[in-house]
Amino acid sequence: MIVSKKILVFVESGENAIKPFAFEAIHAARILADALGGSVDALCLGIEKSLADSLVHWGADSVKIFVNPLFETITLEKALLSIEPLVNEQKPYAVFFSATTYGKELSASLSAKLNVGLLTDCVSIDLGKQGEVLVRRPVYAGKAISHVTLQGSGPHILSLRQNVFRGPSPDISRIGKVKLIDFKIPDDRLVLKIREVVRESGGQMDVTEARVVVSGGLGMQKPENFILLEDLAQVLRGAVGASRPVVDNGWRNYSNQIGQTGRTVQPDLYIACGISGSVQHLAGMSAAKCIIAINKDPNAPIFSVADYGIIGDALEILPLLTEEFRKVLGSSG
Amino acid sequence: MRIIVCVKQVIDTAARIELKDQKLDGTALARVLNPYDEFAIEEALRIRESKHDTEIVLVSLGAECFRDSLRAGLAMGADRAVHLMDPLFNNIDSLTTAYLLSQAAKLLGFDIIFCGRQAVDDDMAQIGPALAVYLEIPCITVVTQLDFLEDWDVAVAVRQIEGGTETIESSLPALFTCQKGLNQPRLPSLKGIMAAKKKEIETFDADKLGFSLKEKPSSNETLIHTGLSLPDRRGEGKIIGGSPNEVATQLVKILREQEKVV
Repeated sequence: MIVSKKILVFVESGENAIKPFAFEAIHAARILADALGGSVDALCLGIEKSLADSLVHWGADSVKIFVNPLFETITLEKALLSIEPLVNEQKPYAVFFSATTYGKELSASLSAKLNVGLLTDCVSIDLGKQGEVLVRRPVYAGKAISHVTLQGSGPHILSLRQNVFRGPSPDISRIGKVKLIDFKIPDDRLVLKIREVVRESGGQMDVTEARVVVSGGLGMQKPENFILLEDLAQVLRGAVGASRPVVDNGWRNYSNQIGQTGRTVQPDLYIACGISGSVQHLAGMSAAKCIIAINKDPNAPIFSVADYGIIGDALEILPLLTEEFRKVLGSSG
Repeated sequence: MRIIVCVKQVIDTAARIELKDQKLDGTALARVLNPYDEFAIEEALRIRESKHDTEIVLVSLGAECFRDSLRAGLAMGADRAVHLMDPLFNNIDSLTTAYLLSQAAKLLGFDIIFCGRQAVDDDMAQIGPALAVYLEIPCITVVTQLDFLEDWDVAVAVRQIEGGTETIESSLPALFTCQKGLNQPRLPSLKGIMAAKKKEIETFDADKLGFSLKEKPSSNETLIHTGLSLPDRRGEGKIIGGSPNEVATQLVKILREQEKVV
């Protein structure tokens, strides 16, 4: 039986803004809380109070903002020292994180601190016939889905894959409690220091966050041709990905590599250009909502997962596609 | 200095996953050292190249076949390998695995622990941070560059975060999880392979690690794994034909009006 029905969401923030995927976690928590008849609490570290309303609009019942000058930079240690006592005190049924670099390390650390189970990168959270909570998460980079039933009163720790739990729109009439709390951190216990944060040039979105990913393989022929993908990504407000051979050749940064030994993405639209589609690559992108493949080789395995295939030269088609999108998107603003 | 590298054996990433009764039928599948663990071993070897009094110890918890991965790491150049194996370790959860690794690390002593950023089978990314918690040492994950100050007592790590990188400093001892980009793992030399064959793999059992099943709560009771399924099959794709111009116009129309994804 589920005793506590509270769901605590750790809200990731940075540069005095809430990360967009944190709203997805709030939205997912709201849906589960409604199903269980429970409530959603959000924990933020060091953000301005005015930002908290948006969390309420997306579904939080109450927002706690821990305040301490040390939260100017947030390290794993500071976050763990903040959330652990709160979980111990509130005893929530579940704690939600975003499955980002931060969220994954924090959720894993918390699971060890509390000696409770962890599920990383969850893609669905549903109620079963007996009211039990069913979670699905990809394993083997998405080649298989693992099904897990949550047992007992928790806390269960879950990190949620980005782009999967997006809500339709916030409800600006929702009202919730927002509380600023002076939080003491035993600073003699802090070892980690953040020296520098560097944003990728051009302010491009991360491939895991983008709703559109335009990806290139060896069929792009040379690194200079990736400008064609960047142009298209810019028009579609997306990010540029790459296949492993492209990254191994040094044409693109490894942070853009899509596949089992790179990043796993789940965008609305994935456009694969000159990518043949190795098993590892398919594992990293085949959960995308809509997949377009452009490849000269009609037998390329990428066509087996594509919703729409174009047999042809990506170098020739890409500029035309960019131009066409510019026309129609330009006219609709 | 002593560096512990935690390694795992996984199913080859080139393998197609097939299921039988909602379970993985992995008997016939090739197994390899977890790709991210190769970066971890390589980084340890590079440190030893500049700091010669470094000992590199590989540690792995798993079935008998995991010895192949330890052997592969020895062939790359690691000094020692420790296999944590005992019938009591069958079906333990990841937290218990991390706990046993921490017990082994305490017995061995260490300045640095390296893990892969995740194992490419269960993709949980839990062992590294959990191990750091049990050892009460700082942890930096998804590291793509690692340097040390002159006295080897402070590490400066660059790690990948969403949309950029972050540079973090930590005193040692510390744990790092390794990401692609950190280095280019070497292939074992023939000499290395021969030498690895002769090296003895030490075994630590439950007794040695001071472990009994009663001692730790297990998440096996709170997370009930009910099975695996294959991802939904995608419907038959459509090929869009025509001149490049026609194809572009048609595709944009479909994505706007039918799929509504842009």
